Amino acid sequence: MSKFKKKKGNALPEMSTASLPDIVFMLLFFFMVVTKLRETEQKLTVFTPKATELTKLENKSLVSFIMIGRPTAKYQQIYGTKPRIQLGDKIANEEDIPLFLEKHKSSVPEGQQAGITTSLKIDGGVTMGIVTDVKTTLRKAGQLKINYSAGKKEE
Amino acid sequence: MAKSKSRASNEINAGSMADIAFLLLIFFLVTTQISEDRGLLVKLPPWSTEPPPDLRLNSRNVWSVLVNANNELLVRGEPTDIKALRSKTKEFIANPRKEVDKSESPTKAIVSLKNDRGTKYETYLEVYNELQAAYNELWNEAAMKKFGKDYEFVSTTQKREIRDEIPLVLSEAEPTNFGEEK
Repeated sequence: MSKFKKKKGNALPEMSTASLPDIVFMLLFFFMVVTKLRETEQKLTVFTPKATELTKLENKSLVSFIMIGRPTAKYQQIYGTKPRIQLGDKIANEEDIPLFLEKHKSSVPEGQQAGITTSLKIDGGVTMGIVTDVKTTLRKAGQLKINYSAGKKEE
Repeated sequence: MAKSKSRASNEINAGSMADIAFLLLIFFLVTTQISEDRGLLVKLPPWSTEPPPDLRLNSRNVWSVLVNANNELLVRGEPTDIKALRSKTKEFIANPRKEVDKSESPTKAIVSLKNDRGTKYETYLEVYNELQAAYNELWNEAAMKKFGKDYEFVSTTQKREIRDEIPLVLSEAEPTNFGEEK
């Protein structure tokens, strides 16, 4: 009995923490990779304006995103400098919006489809013309819950 | 002396490595959470091909806000600074002094927003935000008075009660074609 005790005390003077960094680094890389993978490529420059009366978008799987802005320098040769619409990772026109919404809708369970919100990420410098056109398309498609994406304004 | 030195450098102390990695991990966690989506929640009116019914509204109940292509604000025909919009709108809806040119009651008040196609989105959203803020502040005041709590914290039925008293009526007119980008 006493022999056993003595041996144990000698074998483990302190716990090795050498593998801890590896575990944490693994977690770190996991997060870095996951957060990068989920983002779609931004082909438009979008700086959303600031506002104060904000609501948080709770359930991300119930949100479809539509971006409006000017193409970034890289894509200006293809798409010009006029404001364009981006759906997913493609530059699109207004006519493509209903199909895009339908596609997103089919990925949502039927019981939750009433809660679908469309988040409009619109550049502050864009004029209302294209925004109005998109809004009209959304109304025609029956997608009435929208959310003007905006940053928090510090007062 | 030399012997003990070489022994000390036999293994590098990796204990602090974990701390550094944790720091990085927490940094990434925090920065990815910042990009969570917030925004102004808006309910659009359903689309109909029929022309809207020709409602004759008492003009004292209508608060018309116009934003033109030069991003200037016109409230009831008067140029107004955006900083004054919130308080003026609140006064119009609540009408605490029962003035004859402001709404008869909050339930009858209608806020009408109109913009040009050339209006900058930034300005439009700023104006929209102010109008929404006016309503939010009124709801807050009503909740404080009735239930002694912020509007955020009252129950759903109480919220409905407040919203029945001060309904949000924000109608957006079809924009005019001024200043459209070519």
